Formats: sequence, C-alpha cells, structure tokens
Amino acid sequence: MKTELELKDVAVAYDGNTVIKEVSLSLQPGEIGCLLGPSGCGKTSLLRAIAGFEPVSHGEIHLNEQLVSQPGNSVPTEQRRVGMVFQDFALFPHLSVAKNVAFGLKKMDAGQRDARVNELLQLVGLAHLKEAHPHQLSGGQQQRIALIRAMAPRPDILLMDEPFSSLDTELREQLAREVRELLKRDGITAILVTHDQLEAFAMADVIGVVGEGRLHQWDSGYNIYHKPQSRFVADFIGQGVMLPGKVSEALAIDTELGTIEGKLPLGCKPGCEIELLLRPDDVLHDDESELKLEVKERAFRGAEYLYTLALPSGQPILCLVQSHHHHRIGERIGIRLDVEDIALFPAR
Amino acid sequence: MRVNYWSISSSGIALILAIPLFVVVANIFVPAGEVWQHLAETVLRDYVVNSLLLMVGVAIISLTLGVGTAWLVSMTEFPGRRVFEWALLLPMAIPAYIIAYTYTGMLDFAGPVQTTLRELTGWGYGDYWFPEVRSLEGAAIMLALVLYPYIYLLARAAFLSQSLCVLEVSRSLGNGPWRTFFSVGLPLARPAIAAGLSLVLMETLADYGTVQYFGVDTFTTGIFRTWYGLDNAPAAAQLAAILLLFVVVLVTLERYSRRQARYHDSGRGKSSLTRLPLHGWGRLSATLFCLATLLFGFLLPAGQLGLWAIDTYEEMIDQRFATLVFHTLELAVLASLLALITALLLNYARRLQPNRTVRFAVRAAGMGYAIPGTVIAVGVVIPFGWFDNTLDSWMREQFDISTGLLLSGTLAALLFAYLVRFLAVSLHAVESGLERITPSMDEAARAMGERPAAILGRIHIPMLKGSLITALLLVFVDVLKELPATLILRPFNFNTLAVRAYELAADERLADAASAALAIVIAGLIPVILLSRSLSQSREEKK
Repeated sequence: MKTELELKDVAVAYDGNTVIKEVSLSLQPGEIGCLLGPSGCGKTSLLRAIAGFEPVSHGEIHLNEQLVSQPGNSVPTEQRRVGMVFQDFALFPHLSVAKNVAFGLKKMDAGQRDARVNELLQLVGLAHLKEAHPHQLSGGQQQRIALIRAMAPRPDILLMDEPFSSLDTELREQLAREVRELLKRDGITAILVTHDQLEAFAMADVIGVVGEGRLHQWDSGYNIYHKPQSRFVADFIGQGVMLPGKVSEALAIDTELGTIEGKLPLGCKPGCEIELLLRPDDVLHDDESELKLEVKERAFRGAEYLYTLALPSGQPILCLVQSHHHHRIGERIGIRLDVEDIALFPAR
Repeated sequence: MRVNYWSISSSGIALILAIPLFVVVANIFVPAGEVWQHLAETVLRDYVVNSLLLMVGVAIISLTLGVGTAWLVSMTEFPGRRVFEWALLLPMAIPAYIIAYTYTGMLDFAGPVQTTLRELTGWGYGDYWFPEVRSLEGAAIMLALVLYPYIYLLARAAFLSQSLCVLEVSRSLGNGPWRTFFSVGLPLARPAIAAGLSLVLMETLADYGTVQYFGVDTFTTGIFRTWYGLDNAPAAAQLAAILLLFVVVLVTLERYSRRQARYHDSGRGKSSLTRLPLHGWGRLSATLFCLATLLFGFLLPAGQLGLWAIDTYEEMIDQRFATLVFHTLELAVLASLLALITALLLNYARRLQPNRTVRFAVRAAGMGYAIPGTVIAVGVVIPFGWFDNTLDSWMREQFDISTGLLLSGTLAALLFAYLVRFLAVSLHAVESGLERITPSMDEAARAMGERPAAILGRIHIPMLKGSLITALLLVFVDVLKELPATLILRPFNFNTLAVRAYELAADERLADAASAALAIVIAGLIPVILLSRSLSQSREEKK
C-alpha cells in the first residue's frame, strides 16, 4: 500500500535553534493523523514544514511518495498539492464565499468550477451563503468555508492548524465530528494540530504526542492513553497517578494495593523498582471489596464522580464512579483494581 | 550569506530622508561668527520666551475645548450630540494661517464687527478699546481653534474605550457623576490627552504663517529672518537645531503617553453605554459650548471666506489662478505618489523581512512628521546648494563646463522636503491596510497553488486599494496646506495656492486671498470626511 505522507528523522530549526527533532511518522491514504501537544512544543512548526512554509534542518519529508523537503532543498508550497486550514481561517475578506472556495480552482473551466463550489457548499449545508462575504458569517460557518476551500482543489493531504481553537467549546466537538465524517466520506488524508486531547480522540486515527521538541509516540488514541511509552505521554494524556512498586520473582508487580499480574513490557527483570500508571478507570468502586480507602476529595462531573482516595502511606489514587454513588469526604469506600494494560516506568 | 536587498534599500531610504536632520544638527558645530553673537544678545531670548508662551496659551485653550467637547459627546446626551460628534472635527480643515488672517479681516478697524459696533453706538476712532487680534494671545487662540481636534479625537476615543465597569465601580462606591469624571474618567484618559496635546504643540512649534502674520517673534520666524535678512545659513541652522530640541521633548512625551495609554486601556470597550442625560442649564450649556467651538473654529471663518470669495472671485479667478491651481495639483500629485511608492516599499520590506535593521529604518523614515517645515527646508537647502556648487566647480575645473544649480530651487528639492515631512502619513495609511492581510492569508493562497506574484494581484492589491487611496489623499491635502517649506524651497516664480493666499494676505488684500484660501479649506475637508467615516464605522462595529 502506498504512503501518503512520510517523515524520516525530521528536524526543524529557526535561526539555528532546533525546535523539534527526530520525528519519523507515516500516514496511509485516507488516514487522519493528529499532532497533539502543549503550546510551544513544536507541533505547528512540524505542520508548517510539511506544508513547505518552513525548511527542514535535518531528515526528509515525502508527500505522495515524492521527496519534497530535505535540508537545503524544498519544493515551494504552491507546488506541493497540500490544502491548509488555518487557526484564524484566513478567509479573504474582499471575496464572496463562492469566490473564496473557488480560489484554488484555476485550472478548471467556469462550469466545472461552479459545479465543484456548489457541491462543496452543499456538503457543508451552506449553499444559501454563496454570495455572502466572510464578515457576515458566524465562526462555525467561517470554519466550514475554510475547510471546503482547502478541500476544493482535491489536495493530496489536508493540513489543519488548530482548526477549532477559535470556536466555542460546544461547537468545537460537534464540528470535529462533522469534519471527520466529511473527510472519511471523501477518503481525504489529513493531519491536524491541536492541544486538545478530546479533539484529537474525536478526529484522528493516529495520534502523535509531541512535547519537549520530540515526537514521543505515534499511535492510536487507545494506545497513547492506556499504553503510553514515555512519562511525558502518561502525564500529558488523561489523568492518573504513578504507583510505586517492585517486580517480583513471579514477574508480577508488588504494590501497596497488592500484587498486580499481567503481561509485563519487555525488559522488566525481577527486583526492578518501577512505577505503575494507574488511570482513574483502572480503579473500580466495589462495596463488597475488602480493600477500603478514605475519600480525600471528590469532583462532581455530571455522569460520574472523580474521587481522590488515599492509601495508608498517603499515596493518592484516582477512582471514577457513577454519579449516583454518593460518598462523603472522610468516608472509607471499597475498591478493586482492573488493570488491563500495564504501563510501567523506571522509578524516579 | 545572501545579500539582503530589503535591509539595504530600507536603510538607504531612511538615511537619505535623514539628511536634513543630520545637516541641521551638524551645523551646531559650524561657527556662525558675529551673527550668532548678535542673535544671542538680542532676539534669542524673545524667540524662546514667545515660543514657550505661545505653547502654554495654545495648550490651555485647546485642552479646554478638546477635552470638554470630547467628554460631552462621548459621555452625555444633549441636543445635537450626534452632529457635533463629527462636526467638531471640521476646524481641522482650516490651516492656522488662514483662520488667522480671516479673523484679522473680521475684527480689525474696518472689519464688519467693529463697523457694526460703531454704527450701533455712534463711537468714532479712538473712542473705545477693542482687543488686538494680531498679538501673541491672538495667535494662541487662532492656533488652538484649529488644533484642538487632535485632543478631541484622542480623548474621545479614550473616553469611549473606558470600561463601563470602572466607572460603575466608582458610582457604586458613592461618587457622583462629576466626581467620577474627575477622579476616574479623566485620569484614565490622561495619557491619550497628553498624546493629543503633544501633537498640538508640535504643530504650534511648526507654525510659521500665523506668527509671521501677527508679528510674533518665534523660532520659525527667527529662522526665516536669519536666513533671508542676515543671509547666514549656519546661524539659521543653529536656530533650527534649538527648535529641534523642543520637538524632541514633545516626541518623547508623545511616545511615552501612547505607551501609557495602552496600559491604561482597560481592554474591552463597553457594549452598551448609558450616557449621562443632561437637564436644564447643563443641557443648554453643553449644546452652546459645542456650538461655540464649532462656530468660532469653522463656521464663522469659513463663512467669511465664502463671502469674500463671492465678492472677489471674478477678478481673482483668471488665467493666473488656473496656473496656480495647476502648479499646486502637480506638486501635490507628484508628492503623494512619491510618498506612496516609498511607503509601499518600506512597508513590504518590514512585512517580508522583519529584522531589526528594517524595523528601525522604517521608524526612522517616519520621523519627519515631527520636524517643522522650516527646519526641513533649511536642512534641504544647505546640502543641495553644497552639492550644486561642488559639482559646478569640479566640472569647470575638469571640463570648463558650468553645470549651474542642478538641484537647488527645483521641484526636486521641494518634493524631497515634502517626502521627508509627510512620509509618515502614507506609511501609516499603508501599514493599517497591510495589517488586515494576515500572514496566513498569504500562506492559504500559496497552499492553493498561487505564486507570490499572483498573490499580490489577487489578494494584496484588491485588499489594499482603499488604504492606498487614503494614503494618496492625505498627503495630497497636507502638501496643499504646507506653507513654510514651500516658501523657502519653491522654484523662482513658482506659486502654490497656499503661498498665493499667504502673499495676498501679507499685502492686506484679505478679500482677494479668499478664493485660494477657500480652495485649500475645501480640499482640507477630505481628510475630515475620511476621519468622521472611520469614527462612524468604529461605532458600527461596537454595536
């Protein structure tokens, strides 16, 4: 199967300062990728390097199996067949909606162009706004127009830089779902940059966690949540605590919460001091359980409570419980562990 | 290492534009001999004292008018407020020297006011006391009447941007509206008001026409007299350098205030403003105060000019007047195009290559707005004359050819001076247009397969069009009104409307000067209309 996008050991530098390095990843046709990381981590620089706005200082970028970027040599953006959706949408204020969408369709004749514009406008349900100007649109409408404008010339890959960040939170999730559906229907390969993990989970097939100038993991959403490969990923994604433990002779893990069995990652030898990542959903509430811990804090989240419990040593653990289980602070509640994926890190 | 053409060309432009400034400052070190001694002993003290007194007078009057009207139209409700909001800008259209001689004509012994007074009372010559317009106080009033809109504009914007919450906090803590104004509203607007005031004072220092006509000895008139009367270039340049010192203080004040204004700006403007409704006497005096400001600043002088023009236009509008208009338009069009091209070049240099050199060069190139026309003229004549003389003697020695005066007394010298003085105007207009084209728009176009040249044609030019026209218009009008630099630098027998109006007025042919003056005032209305349009637009956006 061919690869739509491939990065080999890519580094990007501004004025001699490397902002991101050692990035290797690939996307198959029709896949949606996501670069997820805190602000200033270099994810946008990486996207801009793929678009051709920034040169790479090391490595290679291949688009549609053609080398487009290497140090000292970069195919200009306009020859790359990429579509880009910007954080501020960058709609041209002097052009109508239809003319914005048609902007990149130079090679078509007027009839084809009109047909393509109408088709796309209908796809996002904005055909009635054809003659409107960008300032007359709402934020969500502007976002959709920016998206179909980038899709119009049928680019090899669609690049999206924080495409939902300027929208209201409620609108964001709804649009993320809509956009995913749209891209999947047309089989468009895309990569988006965001700092919002829920957005990443909602949109992407493959997620790359970027931090401290590196790509930590390029994996499915499930895996980066449950099988993080670095402490950075474990900390950045979701919630959880690190439970100290020790690998036993029987290749199980002895912790304050008892012995945990399961498939251990490679390289764990008996006697190793480790820390186990415990997600709130790994800890189940069970009134029958012998193991009872004191409630230190609780946060109501609608469908569930997030309880912070304390082990005898004072070590806190998190527990997610359906919200009709009320327990007061100071109460002792029964829990049991249900750890399916074991994520271990060397003890600090 | 690649040669950076943007850095080189923008620094080159900035350096060339800085020549007049360098020349004036460098002349401090040229001995001016006895003339300087003579100046220092006799008139220098007068120049300093008069300039300072004039600044104090203009400051007091323009602050009263500018802040007072700005507060009334932005914070209170009274009959006519909506009209006053834009109409209070109208006095900006009249150059100070024109309002000065108009009032002289209206108020002198033979003028309509004193004549009516005598007719009503039966008094004759010497029976009564009447204030003399042609005095330092008169000059201060004239300048303040046409300059207060600078303060009005900035103060009004500051009052409108004050967060309603801050004012409401003060009210909720038990302060009445007046106390709130003096303890919260006014202090918050102070930086903006100070910035406006420094612009007013810069214009006051730069004024030549008014003080010359009124016979008040200030720096600008002193420079003229030393230049023409004593024929001593270094001494004139040294006077200019002292004047520059005053300007530097004002520019520093303005920059500092603008920075402060940013800190004082409490961010989001209020969504709905509840204006203070005025009642009874307050209501009446608010209307009267704004009306009087407008009446004395625009309606009366413009009306008088109109009446005079009706009386005299048949004799005045002739072949000669046509030549005059043609010359003026020629100059103004050339200067505004030149300024626009330079401004485009500098702005694109800053956009495409935003390094330190380019940013500094662009700022330096815009400094001329603060330098009085007289100073720029002196700084242009000296180096251009030196260049002509040097070239001429060298050519004579080498080839026995006399090249004569190549630059001095040509349109080129005049255009160069205008460029130095007014480039900031077009720089600013182009900049505000270019800011609307975000970098991501360029990138979006490139991602859709457009090359840079095509982006210029499909995005930049259509989006910039309005700003480019504004830039052209503003410089055009400024050139039309400019007097002192034109007087010094114009080619022999080359007149503009401003120079002609000034000459006729100086010959006491006030009524005859009206046609030229009125033409200038009407052109001066263009920027006022542009400004009031942007005022109403910002009001629309607030809604």
